[in-house]
Amino acid sequence: MRPFEAPALMISFPELILAVLAMILLMLAVVGQKENYRLISRLGVFALIVIATLLFKSNPETGTSFGGMFITDSFAIYMKMLVAIGSAVSLMMAGKSLEREKIDRVEYPVLILFSTLGMMLMISANDLISLYVSLELQSFPLYVLAAIQRDSTRSTEAGLKYFVLGSLSSGLLLYGASLIYGFTGATGFEPIAQALHGQTAVSLGIVTGMVLMICGMAFKVSAVPFHMWAPDVYEGAPAPVTAFFAIAPKVAAIALLARVLMGPFGDMIGLWQQVIIAISIASMVLGGVAAVTQTNIKRLLAYSSIGHMGYALIGLAAANRVGIQGIVIYMTLYMLMSIGVFCLVLMMKRRDKVVEGISDLSGLAKQQPMLALAMSIMMFSMAGIPPLAGFFGKLFIFQAAVSAGLYTLAVTGVLTSVVAAYYYLRIIKVMYFEDAAAGIDKSEDTGLNLILIAASLAVVLFIVLPAPILNGAAEAALSLVQ
Amino acid sequence: MIEAIFFYIFSAVLILSAAMVVSARNPVHAVLFLILAFFNAASLFVMLGAEFIAMTLVIVYVGAVAVLFLFVVMMLDINFAELRRGMMKHLPVGGFVGVVLLIELIWLYVTSQIDPSAASRVASPVPDANVITNTHALGQVLYTQYVYPFQISGLILLVAMIGAITLTLRPLPRARRQNVSKQVSREVKDVLKVIKVETGAGVE
Repeated sequence: MRPFEAPALMISFPELILAVLAMILLMLAVVGQKENYRLISRLGVFALIVIATLLFKSNPETGTSFGGMFITDSFAIYMKMLVAIGSAVSLMMAGKSLEREKIDRVEYPVLILFSTLGMMLMISANDLISLYVSLELQSFPLYVLAAIQRDSTRSTEAGLKYFVLGSLSSGLLLYGASLIYGFTGATGFEPIAQALHGQTAVSLGIVTGMVLMICGMAFKVSAVPFHMWAPDVYEGAPAPVTAFFAIAPKVAAIALLARVLMGPFGDMIGLWQQVIIAISIASMVLGGVAAVTQTNIKRLLAYSSIGHMGYALIGLAAANRVGIQGIVIYMTLYMLMSIGVFCLVLMMKRRDKVVEGISDLSGLAKQQPMLALAMSIMMFSMAGIPPLAGFFGKLFIFQAAVSAGLYTLAVTGVLTSVVAAYYYLRIIKVMYFEDAAAGIDKSEDTGLNLILIAASLAVVLFIVLPAPILNGAAEAALSLVQ
Repeated sequence: MIEAIFFYIFSAVLILSAAMVVSARNPVHAVLFLILAFFNAASLFVMLGAEFIAMTLVIVYVGAVAVLFLFVVMMLDINFAELRRGMMKHLPVGGFVGVVLLIELIWLYVTSQIDPSAASRVASPVPDANVITNTHALGQVLYTQYVYPFQISGLILLVAMIGAITLTLRPLPRARRQNVSKQVSREVKDVLKVIKVETGAGVE
C-alpha cells in the first residue's frame, strides 16, 4: 500500500487547499496586532469561493483515496459546492450584525472554514472512521459558534445544550459503528457492503448498529425524535450563527445519511426504509404543528427546518434514483430559501436593537414595501406555492414517493404542507394587514440587501431556468445510485 | 487460573471504584476513585495484551485529565451537593431506561452470531504478539494506512484549542505583559545613577 501516490492525493485537492487556507487565516488572525475581523472574514469568503470553483472544475469521475477512506463522485462534488457556497454566503451575511453585537472576533471566520472543511470531508466519507472524525470536525466549531456571544446567558445555554446533546448523538453513532465493525469485521463502506450482500438473515447486531447510526445522523439533520436541540439552539445562538446552522450543516448531514444508507446498507433497504419513513412522517407532522404557536421568528424557522428535513427524507425513503435527485434538488432550494429568510432576520432591528418577535414585522408592507415583498416571496416559496422554487422541490420529492409506491408518505407530505402553509401565510398577513406598532429600521447593509435580492430573483426565476440545478442533481443521483 | 483471579480482582475494584466516583460525598475523593478506576482499567488492558492503550490510559487520563479534574475541584468553589440534588428524583426513570438498555444489549450479544467470514475482512489484522509488539504494530499502520483520520484528529484538536481560547480568554487591560524588545534595549545608564553622597547631606 502506498497512500501518498500523487494522483490519489489529487482527488482530495479542494479539501487539502481548504485546510491549508484555514490554517493560514488562523496565523494571520493571531499574528495581526489588532483584531482585524473584516480582513479575515473577506479572505475567508474568498477562500470558500476559490474552493467552490476548484470543485466545479474537478473531475466528476468516481475515485477513492487514502486507502479507500475518501471518495469523490458527482454527488459529493455537487453537495460540496452547495456547502462551500452556503458557508461563503452566510459569512458574507454575518459581517454587520456581528459588529453590531460586538462579537466580530477573528476566530469566527476561521471556525466557519474549519466547519466547512468538516462538512466536505463528511460528504466524502467512505469509511466508519473517516465518517466519525469528519463529523466531529464539523460539529466542534458549531458548538463554539453557538456560544460565541459569551456574555449572553441564552447564547451560552445554546452552546452548552448543543454540545451535551451533540456528544450524546456522537456516542450513539460510535456505538452503532462499533457494533457494525464487530459483526462484519470491516470499517470501509465497500467491504461492509460486500459482507452484507446477499445475506438473507442479517444478524441482529448489524441491524442494531445500523439503527444506532441512523439515530446519530438524524440528530445532525434535526429530524424528529432527535430534534429537541434545534428550537433552543436556533433561538439562543446569535442570528448570524443561526443562519449558518440553517444553511450549510444540514446539506452535509443529509448527504452523509444518503451515502451511508444507499452505500454499505443498500442491500438492507427493507430494514432501514421503515425507520426513515417513521422519522420522515414524525418530522413533517411536528414541523407543521409545533410551529403554529411560535411567536419568535428564529424558533419558528427551527420548526420549519425540522419540517423541511422531513420532506427531504421522503426522497431517501424512496431509495431510488428519482428520490436521490429529489433530495439534491430539495436541499439546493431549501438552502436558497434559508439564505433569503435569514437575510431578513438579520435585518430585524429597531433603533439598533435586535428584535425577534413575529409581531415586530407588523405593518412592514407600508414602511418597506420591497422588503415585505421579498419576504412574501420566500414565505410563499417555503409553503410550496407554484410557480416559486419551493413548489418544485416538493413536486420532485412527492414524485419520487409515488414512483416508489410510498403513497402514505406522499399524502402525509401534502397534508402537512397545508398545515405549514398556515404559519408561513400568517407572517405575510402580519406584514400586510396589521397596523405597525413601531416598525423596524431600514437596512443600511448593502451586502445583505444584494444577497436578499439575488435569492429572491433565484426563487422566482427558477421556473424559467431550472436546467443547471436539475442536470446537476440528475448527474449526482446517477453517481450514487447505479 | 491465576489469570482469572487477577481478572476478577481488577474488574471488581474497577466497578466498585466507578460506583464510588458518582456516589462519594467529597469531590476530591471522587476524583481519587476515578484515578483508581483508570489504573484498574489499564491493568485489564495489559491482561488483554493491549499494552499501548494501557500506557495511554495511565499517561493521558491519570497524568493529565484526572489531575486537571483535581485542580478544577480544588480551585473552583462548586457546590457538588447542590448539583446532585435532583439525582434521587431522576433516578427511577434514568435507572429504568438504563436497565432496559442493558437487558437489550445482553440479549443482543447472546442471540446474534458473528459472521464467520468476518475474520477475513478485518481492516488491519492484529499481528502475533510474539512476532511484533502491540505498540510497534500500531505504529506501522497509524502513519500510513490511517494517516487520513490521524491528520483530521489533529485538526479537531486544533479547533478545540481555538474554541477554548475563544470562549474563555478575556483581554485584561491592566495585565502586565513581558515586552522582550523593551527589556533588551534597556541600558545601564538609563536606569542606574551613581551618586556620591556627602557626609551629613543625604540624597537630594
